Amino acid sequence: MKTFFIKFLSILALFPLTAFAEWGLNMREGVTQISQRVYDLHMLTLWVVTVIGIVVFGIMFWSIFHHRKSKGVKPAKFSHSTTVEVIWTAIPLAIIIALAVPATKLLIDMEDTSGSQITVKATGYQWKWKYDYIDDDLTIFSVLDTKSTEVSQLNSGLNPMENENYLLDVDEPIVLPTNTKIRILTTAQDVIHAWWVPDLGWKRDAIPGFINDNWAVIDKPGTYRGQCAEICGKGHGYMPIVVKAVPMDEYRIWVAEKKQEAEAKKNTADMVLTMEELMTKGEAVYKAQCLACHQANGEGVPGVFPALAGSAVAIEPDQRLGHIHRIIYGKNLMPAFGEQLSDVDIAAVTTYERNAWGNDTGDIVQAKEVSEARNKK
Amino acid sequence: MSTLAHDHDHAPSGLKRWIYSTNHKDIGTLYLIFALTMFFVGGAMAMIIRAELFQPGLQFVDPQFYNSMVTVHALIMIFGAVMPAGVGLANWMIPLMIGAPDMALPRMNNMSFWILPFGFALLISTLFMEGGGPAGGWTMYPPLVLQTGDAFPFLIFAIHFLGISSIMGAINIIATVFNMRAPGMSLMQMPLFVWTWVITSFLLIAALPVLAGAVTMLLTDKYFGTSFFDAAGGGDPVMFQHIFWFFGHPEVYILALPAFGIISQVIPAFSRKPLFGYASMVYATASIAILSFVVWAHHMFTVGMPLKGELFFMYATMLIAVPTGVKVFNWMATMWRGAMTFETPMLFAIAFVILFTIGGFSGLMLGMAPVDFQYHDTYFVVAHFHYVLLTGAVFALMSAVYYWLPKWTGYMYDEKLGKIHFWLSTIAANVLFFPQHFLGLAGMPRRIPDYNIQFADFNMISSIGGFAYGLTQLLFVYIVIKCALGGKKAKDKAWEGARGLEWYVPSPAPHHTFETPPKLTKQMLEM
Repeated sequence: MKTFFIKFLSILALFPLTAFAEWGLNMREGVTQISQRVYDLHMLTLWVVTVIGIVVFGIMFWSIFHHRKSKGVKPAKFSHSTTVEVIWTAIPLAIIIALAVPATKLLIDMEDTSGSQITVKATGYQWKWKYDYIDDDLTIFSVLDTKSTEVSQLNSGLNPMENENYLLDVDEPIVLPTNTKIRILTTAQDVIHAWWVPDLGWKRDAIPGFINDNWAVIDKPGTYRGQCAEICGKGHGYMPIVVKAVPMDEYRIWVAEKKQEAEAKKNTADMVLTMEELMTKGEAVYKAQCLACHQANGEGVPGVFPALAGSAVAIEPDQRLGHIHRIIYGKNLMPAFGEQLSDVDIAAVTTYERNAWGNDTGDIVQAKEVSEARNKK
Repeated sequence: MSTLAHDHDHAPSGLKRWIYSTNHKDIGTLYLIFALTMFFVGGAMAMIIRAELFQPGLQFVDPQFYNSMVTVHALIMIFGAVMPAGVGLANWMIPLMIGAPDMALPRMNNMSFWILPFGFALLISTLFMEGGGPAGGWTMYPPLVLQTGDAFPFLIFAIHFLGISSIMGAINIIATVFNMRAPGMSLMQMPLFVWTWVITSFLLIAALPVLAGAVTMLLTDKYFGTSFFDAAGGGDPVMFQHIFWFFGHPEVYILALPAFGIISQVIPAFSRKPLFGYASMVYATASIAILSFVVWAHHMFTVGMPLKGELFFMYATMLIAVPTGVKVFNWMATMWRGAMTFETPMLFAIAFVILFTIGGFSGLMLGMAPVDFQYHDTYFVVAHFHYVLLTGAVFALMSAVYYWLPKWTGYMYDEKLGKIHFWLSTIAANVLFFPQHFLGLAGMPRRIPDYNIQFADFNMISSIGGFAYGLTQLLFVYIVIKCALGGKKAKDKAWEGARGLEWYVPSPAPHHTFETPPKLTKQMLEM
């Protein structure tokens, strides 16, 4: 009861703060039948424990009020009663069985991934998601949007309140068809992550070396947002998930477009850009992919993430190929970007890193050099 | 009374008294002071966490340091504050409650305390190393924890130290209780606090070596080329979670059972009525302890276990509600038709019953696998375990300190200040943790340094509660120091309705008590 009172008080006290988002108090009903059933079971349990709480605490407060020394009560002497003890063992047992029945049914249905129409594999990376559309041979990388990245830097001086989707937006949302049984596989590249979109009604760990499966049939078109739900290092709070649900025909169009884009990305080796173009593009790539570890000022984090500013690999002429290889293949904690980034992207970011933060080498790396670097180890 | 406790005090003085001490009271005091110190160290880290979460955006710390605060806060509060406080109470009170002159193994008692400062020095020193402290969460899941820098071996050895200390403490308690009870006191006549500590000791002995094994496997995975938890070498990262939680769930009850024992002493005392259902309390405690070994995987429903595994762990988890319910009902029945007064220990005990039960309710919800897929790793979980550990275990420890402080110091504490401390703590703790239920349900994951703006309001409320709770605990220190320095003289039996042998020795309890076993009367054995 005390807690209800506090809830009430806190709501009263903070009305002036509610200018922005609506107050999320409860679980979302979500947009799948499963999420609806999860919500219903959540509400059922919540009501059951609320009623138990009111009855039990009610009796206790009645006793506290009446059975006090200041009212001149003489204490009773009883210290056990088998009947009562049997009753209050049996009743909770019955309540638990009553709750376990719907829970069991729901769990069995949730674990049944049979009969799925499309399969998407989500792979967690430090700190982004890769999605493989298994049936369509399409791969998408999904990274926190640069707008959130900029605002979320320590003492950025920028106001997160201006962005409704702060930390819940990505550069490439994934698109899924509605009214289709989608099998969603989860796995990871480096450490354990967890793929969670609350509106789908579940989360599932993404574990390196293992594949988990789950499923969803999305009823309503819309944009649904979620986050990584297993601590996965420094960028754990910065790898959101954005799912756009659209009707099947729109989904088909999107897949076709994305495949074309991917094709185009493969053939960037012949692009030649000016220094200025490379720097602009490089800075954008750096912000999206590199900044979380190497920091905006290229100083890294001592002992964890090496600095790029003044670092030999980003300055010395004889390490130029090593620099490009480091980006393509990764090293130790650093993930490989060769699959995710096109030749021109890698060329741009290499150029950027060799010229930003006082590195000033004047080096220009073109896509062709990256394309060739991919072929020599 | 003085026939029971002949006082010839020949304790060494100064620093030596504390370093060489084999006296259960002195070691108990050391444990309690250490625990309180660590409570403030861990609390300071919680203040950093709440300050960073006060509003969206990053204002104070970078995410890596934030993660190490989350990690070290948990390790310190569990292993440095709540467990040592429990052992300190056991040290002080068990010999007094069973009429023993001291603990059975006094030198080991000294060692099990003095390991602790070294263990925590190792752990805390990691925060000043290059690469920072451990930042993968207190659960230390691989592969993430293997990315820890120089801090890693220090973390592992700190955990070994703390584990060894706890195991030695547990052996000591078991040896004491089974061998040194006053003649005529059967096991089923022991105060419930003693019972809960015996059962807790068995949990410690069974669970902590498992943790030691798990962290040693981490160590060899990192430095000696093994692949216990690396799929690329034929291992399984989820196996660590199974081993960890096989320790971790009993650990939860290692923190909670002594709290149950405390409440079972305090409520009868201030209800002036015997504890209701003594035998069923003992059996319920034992059932909880046994069940705690078969429910571990409810901490990891989302790892993708087979359906049958999920069902088993769901049923076993929900079953724990039954013996826990029995305990709550017994406490209520003890209060029923008593003649209650509401001094600070009783206030904390009543708050414990209510708030721990709220934590139990959310625990039941979390135990249901299909809905746990939504709750898991959100602030709903954070709210749940802080209700059972802060307003649960810590409130019980506060209750115990106020209850036995007169016995320890010989003076009554300032009742008015004690009540202020209680009310401020209770209000602040609820402002701190209740909104976290909402945050979790609305979709805020735990262990993130920054969040979407829809979570801003409740985080701000929660932080305000956090700062208030932190500040309030300074009042507690003042009350304890004031009481130690003087005040109203405490009677031997400091509370009108108090039961148990400890109230038959003088207040303050002399350095040596029960050098000759007490002759038990019927009155002394009342519960």
